[in-house]
Amino acid sequence: MLYRESGQYKTSYTADQAIFPIREDRIGMGIIGVIALAIPFFVSDFFLNAIMTPFLILALAAIGLNILTGYAGQLSLGTGAFMGVGAYSCYKLTTIFPDANIVILVLLSGLFSAGIGVLFGLPSLRIKGLYLAVTTLAAQFFLEWCFIRIPWLYNYNASGAIEVPERRGFGDIILTGPSAAPMTQYFIVLAIVVVVTLAVKNIVRGRIGRQWMMIRDMDIAAELMGVRPLTAKLSAFAVSSYLCGVAGAMFIFFYLGAAEPSAFSITLSFQILFMVILGGLGSLVGSFFGAAFIWGLPIVLRAGFPALGIGIGAETVFHIATMIVGALIIFFLIVEPHGLARLWSLGKEKLRVWPFPYG
Amino acid sequence: MRLKCLIAGTVMAGTLAGAALPAFAVDELHVPLFSYRTGPYAGSGIPIANGMHDYLTMLNERDGGINGVKIRVTECETGYDTQKGVECYEQVKGDGALVISPYSTGITLQVIPKASVDKIPVLSMAYGLSAAAEGNTFPWVFNPPDTYWDGASAIVTDIARREGGAENLKGKKIGYIFLDAGYGREAIPLLEQLSSDMGFELMQYPVAGKEMQNQSSQWLNIRRDRPDYMIMWGWGAMSPTAVKEATKIRYPMDKFYGVWWSGGNDDAAAGGDAAKGYRTLNFHGVGSDFGAIQDIKKFVVDAGKSEVDPAKFADNLYNRGVYNSMLIAEGIRKAQELTGKTVIDATDMRNGLENLDITEARLKEMGMEGFALPMKLSCEDHSGHHKVYVVEWDGKDWQKSGDWFSPDVDMVKPLLKKAAEEYAASNAPWPERTEACLN
Repeated sequence: MLYRESGQYKTSYTADQAIFPIREDRIGMGIIGVIALAIPFFVSDFFLNAIMTPFLILALAAIGLNILTGYAGQLSLGTGAFMGVGAYSCYKLTTIFPDANIVILVLLSGLFSAGIGVLFGLPSLRIKGLYLAVTTLAAQFFLEWCFIRIPWLYNYNASGAIEVPERRGFGDIILTGPSAAPMTQYFIVLAIVVVVTLAVKNIVRGRIGRQWMMIRDMDIAAELMGVRPLTAKLSAFAVSSYLCGVAGAMFIFFYLGAAEPSAFSITLSFQILFMVILGGLGSLVGSFFGAAFIWGLPIVLRAGFPALGIGIGAETVFHIATMIVGALIIFFLIVEPHGLARLWSLGKEKLRVWPFPYG
Repeated sequence: MRLKCLIAGTVMAGTLAGAALPAFAVDELHVPLFSYRTGPYAGSGIPIANGMHDYLTMLNERDGGINGVKIRVTECETGYDTQKGVECYEQVKGDGALVISPYSTGITLQVIPKASVDKIPVLSMAYGLSAAAEGNTFPWVFNPPDTYWDGASAIVTDIARREGGAENLKGKKIGYIFLDAGYGREAIPLLEQLSSDMGFELMQYPVAGKEMQNQSSQWLNIRRDRPDYMIMWGWGAMSPTAVKEATKIRYPMDKFYGVWWSGGNDDAAAGGDAAKGYRTLNFHGVGSDFGAIQDIKKFVVDAGKSEVDPAKFADNLYNRGVYNSMLIAEGIRKAQELTGKTVIDATDMRNGLENLDITEARLKEMGMEGFALPMKLSCEDHSGHHKVYVVEWDGKDWQKSGDWFSPDVDMVKPLLKKAAEEYAASNAPWPERTEACLN
């Protein structure tokens, strides 16, 4: 009734190939867009700062991993380290060029991460699956070691942490540092995530994305049909690491404000991997679902118990939230192994025939 | 069916999210505690959290709060994780928090720049950034009674005393085993300075946070290098592991010094009888023979309002939590006195902490005679560089060994000033102090 594509005829190839060919989807996206733009005016700084901004950033990181694992089929456990490369290169860039606009530096820092990603992606030409996961794990440990042991990376700071300096831009608005308004940071993150996601969506639908999927589904067949594994695999590593690098730089500059090397540990890699698996491999919208679930649920649970008047200790809430999140992950994967994205598309299919289902 | 489930699920999630908004209340003093009762640092975090919580609860139960206003104590679980710490900070920031106690050097480093913008004082009691003692650069950060640099200096001073003078340290080897994080690295610049001044060789043994419970390779190196003294900056599961490993290689325990944070009863007990002689710095009393501690027992622990395991009541780290909460409570009291109001805000609290002056008479009144030394802070000096003493493990409990002595303040102070200037320069534009000085 509400969601039906009958009667919508495409009269041109452009219309047929649009990202959202169905009118209701476009309306839906419009509504989400309006909500995303309006939300900072209605919620508290805590909601914006501790939930929305990191959610968007982690969604971008999940998209990055999804390119590699979901689209190109190369399992990676080095996401956290690649995010770290982005963060540390952005920090170095902004201390070397203090006057450059930080948004441009964030986007540039992804290139360093992409370079490192390609380097550690080279073994993927010879090995697959779990064996590749082990080499990316090596990347994780090696890069983490670099963040601790190469003082040049953190400008010889005595505590070994990087601290985000204040940077202004776009007509003297404070963009980073402690005085930056949460709203400014949210809008910058939103803009970057939306633009990059659209770009990625188009890459994935195009020739390059199809190459990735061919490699994923059957690399020998893909090779016989003229796909070069070298370019396809390494481009997947490059794009994936670029996105992770940008996400990592934003994580430090627009969310945390300072970071120790431990912020980019294997825990972060796993967190992002869970987002991708739970959200749905090979789905961009799934990356957003996964990020919202893994990042948002513990916070909602932790804030929710005391608000409901259940007076239990902070650590009990913490334990319960951990258990619930763990149980829900298992539950969702049993009920829907293809992740939340599949659940979403099932929901849409049901909605098409609602309220008179057939078959 | 599936659609209904989906809708029901969405609605439920929505309600839960909606219910999560914080509730406001008036006429109370909100003291949030960042605690960690979970994770690898819980061994140290639990006694601290219990001590802090129980002292404030005791004030509520015994005196009805501070000057008639109840204290609302909330705990936010950080798991010693900086990300969660920032989240906790954001959470309490909008909830009328009077003072932040991050209980992690990593989290302290993150909140220092935010605190001056949000106008919330940070009380990092004997931890955090040493340079924050410079009140003119860091008006919103307090680290009484001593900074890590004071701690490092005090340990070296004590070693020099035992060697019969600073000149005898020349050519000695001092090992430094530390948690490779913001916390453990904080003391390195000072130790390096001391090593070049006094001519001893400093050997560093970093322990990665993930490898805390596996230090055999470090201790193998220590057995090979044979340093004359060992200094430890350990926390959580690192300290008991280090003590155990030290006993395993038969390192002379009386030459093994821990900073005050490595002085948990469980930390030393891990080494069994062989750990006798292990020593750490301290700046408050051990045991339960103090009026205030007895009051906690009477009003809180015996009344079943505490989470503390009765067997671990008033152990060393528990008492440190009590000491920390005493500073918070005294800061509130001072702020009430200065403003004439009973319900204060975070800006008043900052003034209260800055003008903190705990005299001998006040200690007696609180039932803390002999528990702590008098202390005083000023606008320039947010730490005070107070006296410390050494406690020695006798196999069962900590025993005072030697008298209170002062760290080498003349040496530490100029270095702190320089470090504060460097911090401000590398974080330019660092805000100038605009807060008026009331003392």
